[in-house]
Amino acid sequence: MTTPLSKPKRKDPTKRTRIPSLPPGKRSREAHGLTAMAAVGRFALQVCNECQKVQYPPRQICSNCLNDKLFWRDVNNGGKLLAETKLQHSNDTYFRDRIPWRLGIVIADAGPSIVAHLGEDCIRDQRVRMSLSIDRAGNAVITARPEKPTQLEEDDVQLREMAFNPKDRRVLIVDGKTELGLRIAENMVAAGARDVFVGSAEPWRSSSYLDKINDLERTSIYSLDVTDTESVKELASMIGDKVEILVNNSYHLRMGGLVDKFDINTAHDEMEIHYHGLMRLAAFFGPIMKLRSADGPHGASAWLNVLSAYALINNPDLATYSASQAAALSLSQCLRSEMAAGGIRVLNAFTGPIEDEWQQIAPPPKLIPDTVAKRIIKGLQDGKEDIIIGAVAEEICARIAENAKEIERTIKL
Amino acid sequence: MHNENKKPTQLLELVTAITRGNIKVIDLTMTLDRKVPTIVLPPELGQSWPFRMEEISKYNEKGPATYWNNFSCGEHTGTHFDAPIHWISGKDLPNNSTDTIEPEKFIAHACVVDCCREAEKNPDYLLTIDDVCSWEKTYGKIPPRSWLLMRTDWSMKKTPEEYLNLDDEGAHTPGPHEELIPWLIDERDVIGFGCEDVGTDAGQASNFKTPMPCHHLMHGRGRFGLPALTNLDKLPAQGTVIITPPLKIRQGSGSPVRVLALIEE
Repeated sequence: MTTPLSKPKRKDPTKRTRIPSLPPGKRSREAHGLTAMAAVGRFALQVCNECQKVQYPPRQICSNCLNDKLFWRDVNNGGKLLAETKLQHSNDTYFRDRIPWRLGIVIADAGPSIVAHLGEDCIRDQRVRMSLSIDRAGNAVITARPEKPTQLEEDDVQLREMAFNPKDRRVLIVDGKTELGLRIAENMVAAGARDVFVGSAEPWRSSSYLDKINDLERTSIYSLDVTDTESVKELASMIGDKVEILVNNSYHLRMGGLVDKFDINTAHDEMEIHYHGLMRLAAFFGPIMKLRSADGPHGASAWLNVLSAYALINNPDLATYSASQAAALSLSQCLRSEMAAGGIRVLNAFTGPIEDEWQQIAPPPKLIPDTVAKRIIKGLQDGKEDIIIGAVAEEICARIAENAKEIERTIKL
Repeated sequence: MHNENKKPTQLLELVTAITRGNIKVIDLTMTLDRKVPTIVLPPELGQSWPFRMEEISKYNEKGPATYWNNFSCGEHTGTHFDAPIHWISGKDLPNNSTDTIEPEKFIAHACVVDCCREAEKNPDYLLTIDDVCSWEKTYGKIPPRSWLLMRTDWSMKKTPEEYLNLDDEGAHTPGPHEELIPWLIDERDVIGFGCEDVGTDAGQASNFKTPMPCHHLMHGRGRFGLPALTNLDKLPAQGTVIITPPLKIRQGSGSPVRVLALIEE
């Protein structure tokens, strides 16, 4: 059985904090095909266009027929554990700090022999299921767990390195005054979060959602205004060293176009909250989270931004909102790069239209905030990097991949 | 033309009196910082910016010898001056914006009416004509071209929530009764109305028969507003001179203003 997570203990203030290190980081261009698949939670490998052989590790030409047309396809993630070992020694700093570490060879049903990281409960000769996970260095690796899920497998030490189950973790939710903020808080508590810190701006403006958050257990409300540098700095100085998962759900959406609706004020507010707000959070929470990414089982681990799918393509009915989301997305990519150097993963959740007051007249299908929250939690638990939520977001991503010009022409019907 | 032989005795006396402390300078202005609450409007309307400041440099690589900042706020953030152009009723009056109002209007006498007890009992308290007449019996008639400042000690509220005092029916803050405004203009020729809370009109004024009367009727007759004042408790009922020049913003509807009060000891 997987060793259960020990109950979170307070940190011994006399002990030195472990400095973060990363597993080996260089990958080939082909290998990053695995990263792309892992980011969205697919188990996909290269398949030869000619002879259909499934390739692993990623390569430029088929290992069977030398054809150079290899395409990424979803493949069966089952296999049999052929051999297993426990790493007791490593010259690599990252693994030295984490030994013993289980590794094994899986004969995949899809064909190749795969060296995989093994969950605690894997038994030789038994069947396993594999996943593409992203390691601390931001690269895809293959992890294997028993075919049938085992008790407490979410507590597996390896999984806690590559996925971000809120269980026993301390979470900061940036905006507690939206329904989505409330549902994320509720679902975090339900998922077993140790502490949920919730931010609130403009204390004079009441919010029924914040009132409900106030009634949740293990939840505390803090003053946080992402448009105010001092506010972000102040909260980071107070609780920055306790945040293990930061959920940036900053939100300011107003409908409107561009040419027929000139409104710099609204666009300014959207940019302040989505873009400059992210800058402030990054500047003051980023460094301390990076410092603590190797701080034992309760170190900092992930940063998640809740973005709109319209960050990927502008919706002319939400012109400046979409642009501010695109700005946030671009910045989040830099954040991902900079935080990865310190072992913190940046995840983005992309949602379609949400059923809330500001998107009241947007046509269905719309997501209810609780669904978005649940998918966010699931994405964190699975260790995905790009969490695409809902049919509209999925369709947008698929159509951009297929033909970005087509969706640009047809997005506003 | 200046007469080089004549000394400006009145002005010199004023400056001497200030230096000696015979005339005290009281600052009626709230400090501008990020915590200053902004007026709350329905979210679908345009919003006034809060005060924000971003450092340009602080004796560092961005500017080794200098400390300076860029700041942003609305024209009506903090202690501020409301010009007639701010309201639709004053939009066509001459000299109605911060850059065109005659500068002599920025130095004027102020009467201070103490409504602290009433405001404490009732946050929706409205100052009426009867209240002012009763005040005049004790303190004398309001001189022409005076400000009427409504003291409520509202500036001493400890949190932004208490200061804005919102519930699901809107704000509950004191202000002038709608009948008081035309009376102040026609019978007393006031220059404007000032108060300690976030706007010159009472919190519930949009529900009056004449909605927002202090804005609509004052600005409609070319008079001014001076909300979010502090330290009114330090002023006498009559005899204060206040200096209230807004920034000279082209077509400005108002601006944050440093209100200085001069009182004779």
